[in-house]
Amino acid sequence: MPHDHDHDHNHDVPHSHEGMSSSGHPYRADQDQPLTYWQNMEIAMRELLIEKGVTTELEVMHTIDQMDSRSPADGAKVVARAWCDPDFRARLMADASEASREMGFDIGALKLIAVENTADIHNVIVCTLCSCYPRNLLGFPPDWYKQRAYRARVVKTPRAVLREFGLELPDDVTVRVHDSTADMRYIVIPARPQGTENLDETALAALVSRDSMIGVARAASPE
Amino acid sequence: MAIAPKTAIAGMTMTDKPQPEMVRVSTMMPPGHIRTPAYLRGKIGEIERTLGPFHNPEQLAYGVPADKLPLHRVRFTMSEVWGADAENPDDLIEAEIFAHWLTPLEAH
Repeated sequence: MPHDHDHDHNHDVPHSHEGMSSSGHPYRADQDQPLTYWQNMEIAMRELLIEKGVTTELEVMHTIDQMDSRSPADGAKVVARAWCDPDFRARLMADASEASREMGFDIGALKLIAVENTADIHNVIVCTLCSCYPRNLLGFPPDWYKQRAYRARVVKTPRAVLREFGLELPDDVTVRVHDSTADMRYIVIPARPQGTENLDETALAALVSRDSMIGVARAASPE
Repeated sequence: MAIAPKTAIAGMTMTDKPQPEMVRVSTMMPPGHIRTPAYLRGKIGEIERTLGPFHNPEQLAYGVPADKLPLHRVRFTMSEVWGADAENPDDLIEAEIFAHWLTPLEAH
């Protein structure tokens, strides 16, 4: 699913391209409509918290900046360390939150479980109820992860969904779908690709994509 | 699948294969903030590991004092969840389910 958004756009039917970008996508509409109930509620709550000295504008901005600074590259470093260091791998499988903190990542209250792909098991993560994702380690989830199509289909036909991502699994590999229904979040430790024996941790981390840590892809093979 | 159960079973010898602890998910359909997905209600699975205790989200969501409950990761087979429609009967679904939704099955 390289194209991860809906294309409600049919070229068989003549229509105006006014308001379209050069790639054929509509520009985001200006937000000229009145605030919704919940937008008003958020602004009122934020202003009250600031007025009462519970938080400050700077603290709100700092938290947003901190969230924006997290990325799949952090998770990739955790995976690469697990590939290289068996003791770290054991600590990661026992308590992935503590192992991530040990590497210096500020993951807040995140409660993380690492699940490992092997020759016999392929893990894939979903949140069928909403969009739970280990944001405090990997940053924001991809848009498709939050969509109903992925959430509904991956628990019923995971092999078909993975095939659409370009991942064909042999019949003798068991698929283990993890539905993040409550307090825990998940990271897949993809299998270490062949031909990487001589790579260092930095080079290995470059092979670990966001999608491979959700379980819809394998780690990349070295060039 | 070589994942040992959390607790040893009384009377088990070293050579016995550990029996997984089997549970059934309640079929209740209460209103409110429920973290037990509907597609798993009434299904039978084995406890993969036990976590927590964590505050019951059904109470947390309403700002009332929340009980701390064990949170079980329960493993289901695709054939248990989807029956004849299963894409591959032996593939697995695992989910976190709070203790008050689970009833232990009789020893089997």
